[in-house]
Amino acid sequence: MRDLDEKALKAKDKKAALGQDIDLGMFDSSPVSHNYVKELAVLPTVDKERMLHAGVDTGEKERSGTYVQKDSTVIHAHSKQEGLEIMPIKAALKKYDWVQDYYWKLASVDTDKYTARARLDLHDGYVIRALAGSRVIYPVQACLYLEKEGFSQNVHNLIIAEEGSELHIITGCTTAPHLKSGLHVGISEFFVKKNAKLSFTMIHHWAEEIMVRPRSVGVVEEGGLFLNNYISMTPVKSVQMYPTTYLAGKGAVARFYSLLVGSPGAEIDVGGRIFLKEPGTRAEIISRAITNGANITARGDLVGEVPGVKAHLECRGLILNGGTIHAIPELHGKAEDVEMSHEAAVGKIAQEEILYLMSRGLSEDEATATIVRGFLNVDIPGLPAQLKAEIDRAVEQSDKDMM
Amino acid sequence: MLQVEDLQVKIDDKEILKHINLTINPGETHILFGPNGSGKTSLLMTLMGYPQYRITGGRILFKGEDITNMPVNERAQLGIGISYQRPPTINGVKTRQMVEICAAGKIDAAALAKRVNFSDFLDRDINAGFSGGEIKRSELLQLTAQDADLFLFDEPESGVDLENISLIGGTIRQLLQRDFKVNTRKSRKELHNERTKMGLIITHTGFILDYLTADKGQVLYNGVLTCASNPREIFQCISEVGYGECVKCAI
Repeated sequence: MRDLDEKALKAKDKKAALGQDIDLGMFDSSPVSHNYVKELAVLPTVDKERMLHAGVDTGEKERSGTYVQKDSTVIHAHSKQEGLEIMPIKAALKKYDWVQDYYWKLASVDTDKYTARARLDLHDGYVIRALAGSRVIYPVQACLYLEKEGFSQNVHNLIIAEEGSELHIITGCTTAPHLKSGLHVGISEFFVKKNAKLSFTMIHHWAEEIMVRPRSVGVVEEGGLFLNNYISMTPVKSVQMYPTTYLAGKGAVARFYSLLVGSPGAEIDVGGRIFLKEPGTRAEIISRAITNGANITARGDLVGEVPGVKAHLECRGLILNGGTIHAIPELHGKAEDVEMSHEAAVGKIAQEEILYLMSRGLSEDEATATIVRGFLNVDIPGLPAQLKAEIDRAVEQSDKDMM
Repeated sequence: MLQVEDLQVKIDDKEILKHINLTINPGETHILFGPNGSGKTSLLMTLMGYPQYRITGGRILFKGEDITNMPVNERAQLGIGISYQRPPTINGVKTRQMVEICAAGKIDAAALAKRVNFSDFLDRDINAGFSGGEIKRSELLQLTAQDADLFLFDEPESGVDLENISLIGGTIRQLLQRDFKVNTRKSRKELHNERTKMGLIITHTGFILDYLTADKGQVLYNGVLTCASNPREIFQCISEVGYGECVKCAI
């Protein structure tokens, strides 16, 4: 533990490899207390609405549990299902020794100043664990909420799908409606054990001046499946993340999907990196980016380390209304007999497609909206209907905002 | 009724349609012949309103309305429908959605798809990886849903295997109200007289003539409509002596 703190201290001013540098001194991170709410129903309507935009339903319809953190304080955490644990990480660290087996085991504290900050000045975060063999049918929802102006929220999450379990999580990150500026630093470590299935869908619904620096690392064991979806379609100032996953067991599978819509002035640098370390592992990274005046960098890196792996990367960008898209698809084949491919395309909406739809009776605006929605309509196999519905809702909402 | 009067069209600065005059009366179907590059597709796209086909002279009237400068979607709403030869793929837009857009809420897509043996394609992205025959069936499905009054067909039989060509021929026959099998209570003459749908069909092979009757054949040669006659006669003539004969009339 000491070692980690020392390492973190050394890295506390270390600039990140990617993304614009953030002056952490600009943000206040002294704890803000909020009252714990036993019943989510008592939350103010404005909060509920904002949470709903990020896929978190305070009515808990078809949800198997909920975690809500406001600024630095956990205001709600409970599981509705046996075999599913949902708890604040600080409490879990005190109560259970096993948490130490996961805490900072995949992510390094000295990656950059953001990981260092999450180590040295941890607010809280969640531990969500599906016990061996348990099947969590409905998604677990977690909300990380920013309410205090100019606040830096530093969280650390552990997500553990034990052997043979199935777990679906939706994390919604959002702010109070009045909020202008803030910083969100989030460390997430994912453990998908043998033959387990984990889907993790993150919806960001920030505000115009919010900076976001998630740092996540995952490991998938033999026969495991990790489905990682990221949706960000509303204004934000700056997001940079490059989650990494290791496929460390035979036949492990990871699939990353991201849907990005960048509004004017936003700096978005998002990608995924997957290491295929065992035979029979498969990986897929699919991203769709639309810019309306944002600068978007869409990365993807697949590293095939052993023979008999299969991986595909697909990066598509649409420049709708100014801005830039930089697609950086990378493949590293480090052995013979790897099957790896990528496709990338950046451009504007083809006039031919608009006219095709117009000749079926749609106006030019309707045709454009239909094409944009189609562009963001990515089939994600294995995703529960409730989460598909949340993604569709986010797409629909952004559609309205864009047009 | 479709009336094309002295229509002149350019793409960029190249003249591609020269002084076209063409009338299609309600209930009439015309076949459009012509060698590659003669301007057949350009004529269809101009009638549909594609902006890159710049009208430099003449006008187009449809149902008595001057549509020369009307946008594509308004023409579609007025009752013009087109079956493309090579329509674009639109990622994420399902065939079902296209049919629903065409039907504008009037018709059930699933039931319709069954008729053209296309149910399996409803949940696929439109035109993505479709074979020649699948594209044609998808296009016809959309046109059936749209229920236009003037149908423009760009080589409906190209790239279609023998098994599907009769399905496609039969569907076009129905669209153009030329299927005498559908209603047994009325005499064929009555059916003929009640016919209102108009068609303009581009064909290279003439195969389509085996599946439906047409009132007139038109030959487009180098941007000029050179002759209008019985479609079978034109087809026979082209088959025997080629389009060389058309040169004489084009000058």
